[in-house]
Amino acid sequence: MSELFGPSPSTASPDLVQLLTPEGQRVDHPEYRFAVPDADEADVVRGFYRDMVLTRRIDVEATALQRHGELGIWAQLLGQEAAQVGAGRALRPQDFVFPTYREHGVAWCRGIDPLRLLGLFRGVDQGGWDPKENNFGLYTIVIGAQTLHATGYAMGMQRDGVVGTGDPTRDAAVVAHFGDGASSQGDVNESFVFAASYNAPVVFFCQNNQWAISEPFERQSRIPLYKRAEGFGFPGVRVDGNDVLATYAVMETALQRAREGGGPTLVEAYTYRMGAHTTTDDPTRYRLSDEVETWKLKDPIARVEAYLRRGGLASDDFFSDVEAEAEELGAHLREGCKALPDPDPVALFDNVYAETTAELAAQREGYAAYLASFEGVA
Amino acid sequence: MAKMTLAKALNAGLRKAMEEDPKVLLMGEDIGRLGGVFRITDGLQKDFGEDRVIDSPLAESGIVGTAVGLALRGYRPVVEIQFDGFVYPAYDQIVSQVAKMHYRSQGRSPMPIVIRIPFGGGIGAVEHHSESPEAQFAHTPGLKVVACSNPVDAYWMIQQAIAAPDPVIFLEPKRQYHADKAEVDVAATPEPLFTSRLARRGTDLTLLAYGPTVKTALAAAEAAATEGKSVEVIDLRTLSPLDLGPVVESVRRTGRAVVCHEAHVNLGMGAEVAARITEECFYSLEAPVLRVGGFDTPYPPARAEEHFLPDLDRVLDAVDRSLAW
Repeated sequence: MSELFGPSPSTASPDLVQLLTPEGQRVDHPEYRFAVPDADEADVVRGFYRDMVLTRRIDVEATALQRHGELGIWAQLLGQEAAQVGAGRALRPQDFVFPTYREHGVAWCRGIDPLRLLGLFRGVDQGGWDPKENNFGLYTIVIGAQTLHATGYAMGMQRDGVVGTGDPTRDAAVVAHFGDGASSQGDVNESFVFAASYNAPVVFFCQNNQWAISEPFERQSRIPLYKRAEGFGFPGVRVDGNDVLATYAVMETALQRAREGGGPTLVEAYTYRMGAHTTTDDPTRYRLSDEVETWKLKDPIARVEAYLRRGGLASDDFFSDVEAEAEELGAHLREGCKALPDPDPVALFDNVYAETTAELAAQREGYAAYLASFEGVA
Repeated sequence: MAKMTLAKALNAGLRKAMEEDPKVLLMGEDIGRLGGVFRITDGLQKDFGEDRVIDSPLAESGIVGTAVGLALRGYRPVVEIQFDGFVYPAYDQIVSQVAKMHYRSQGRSPMPIVIRIPFGGGIGAVEHHSESPEAQFAHTPGLKVVACSNPVDAYWMIQQAIAAPDPVIFLEPKRQYHADKAEVDVAATPEPLFTSRLARRGTDLTLLAYGPTVKTALAAAEAAATEGKSVEVIDLRTLSPLDLGPVVESVRRTGRAVVCHEAHVNLGMGAEVAARITEECFYSLEAPVLRVGGFDTPYPPARAEEHFLPDLDRVLDAVDRSLAW
């Protein structure tokens, strides 16, 4: 493969951590190693493969559901499966995740039923899961705002004494997800300042997918993103975000450092948004298909499949089982999405406050009476 | 009983809240070692430590945004915005994150955050240090907004705001911080937080004020009394939700109302109060509800602020116009 297509641009970069080439070859890195203690490594890699295939299926199904008018919009993650699964699987149960609105693969790793993700995009709710149940925050639409929440949450962990105790079941850290566009936001830069100042246990995980809707990464930064960390006083590392093994290894290290009290790390997962920004976007207006074609050769799933097949680490049955599981998941999403109940109009007054106000209670009552006045009207 | 300034009362109230609940944290610029530029948090870091009285980096969005995270982790952050005009960098975090989190999480993620803002003018400050942004927050569903006007209320209201399960914008009349002392009975039972308060009984007109203008309103009522005019004064105290029950009851008796605040009149709290009084008291009104407030200009240079701020004479002028209707 590599003889045919030449080295990929990302692999040519000496500061990119990569452990599995786009062609499916394991390679060494002087600092990072894919090591899974007390586990069958092949089993773990097969698990990653399954996660990525199912994550992609969530994305494909949701995109189709939007095309069928069942979702108002969908934020696609196509191409970013390795970054998300690598980051998601490096977590421990006690860690906490602050996602953007595109972290469907991380949500999958956290055990959130993907059907719950659809509610926001269908317009039946604004976050259908309990953040405390899976330690996975609600999706955040305002770009970068959640990085401050992540930092504050990490400051809370410090005060709770769950950082640097040496107990692997207790020590915890936070992951703040964001993208290359968000790196220009004040909130993201402020979160870097706060996290550095308090040495907070937070890993800033930036999926640099090269495009902020139509604006290329060069519009956001004139230096590689991970290098910004140094200016804030903590380490930064760039990992091949299409390499699930490398992403896992880098995130494992960064998270462990945070859990031990070593402070924040910026991880830049160098990846590519293969799809549109969302289903309302048209990337043909601003980028060349050549670029997309080049990145197709670095597909995150194909390289793991190549690695598993070439090494005889997975049987044909394994692959067909995963495919069957993906079919089931697709059906679950298609049927489940259409069955999601529309919100009760009178319930829109609920939960504005923990203690509602007399004014709001009166509005609620008034609107209920108004609606009731139509009952029986032809 | 102890005689306290409003600043001291806030300090004592914060101390009490921190003693009662270990989850209460203070965060803001210069609030630790310095005790805050107005000394509201004086001595608290020394007694409660740097983990609970946190000197923050100089970034308001960062302060409020990290408070959201701390609240999600189970803390009750009380943040200080150093001056009213510096709250705007935190505006997105306040209106898009703090205000909406409980709603969008379907009640799963409460935001018991207090955002303390010294507000209003009259201290001869440079620009951005004398503003009254309350209407912008009262317009935002999900936030509660209160303003204290005197040491007794300051002592209780800050504790009640901290104990409240919802986010509270807590406005402090900075001009009054070190002005007057009052007896604060720390053993008393306070009125509930989200209630207005009858500050002076009267029969001819209802004068509504909050924060720094309560003192002006009371002075105006006193002056009007010497001319035989009986003015009732209500301290609104809570701006969102409004507690207009006592106001409606009062205006139905007096037939006249004047609303007074330092904020710009256009779309200010007075506009909402006037609309609600009109809806509730239409047949009792002898005159339209009048508003006295800051002009619809940016806050002027300090040497002109006495013209911008509603003072005793401008309030009396409005009272006279209402009574002459």
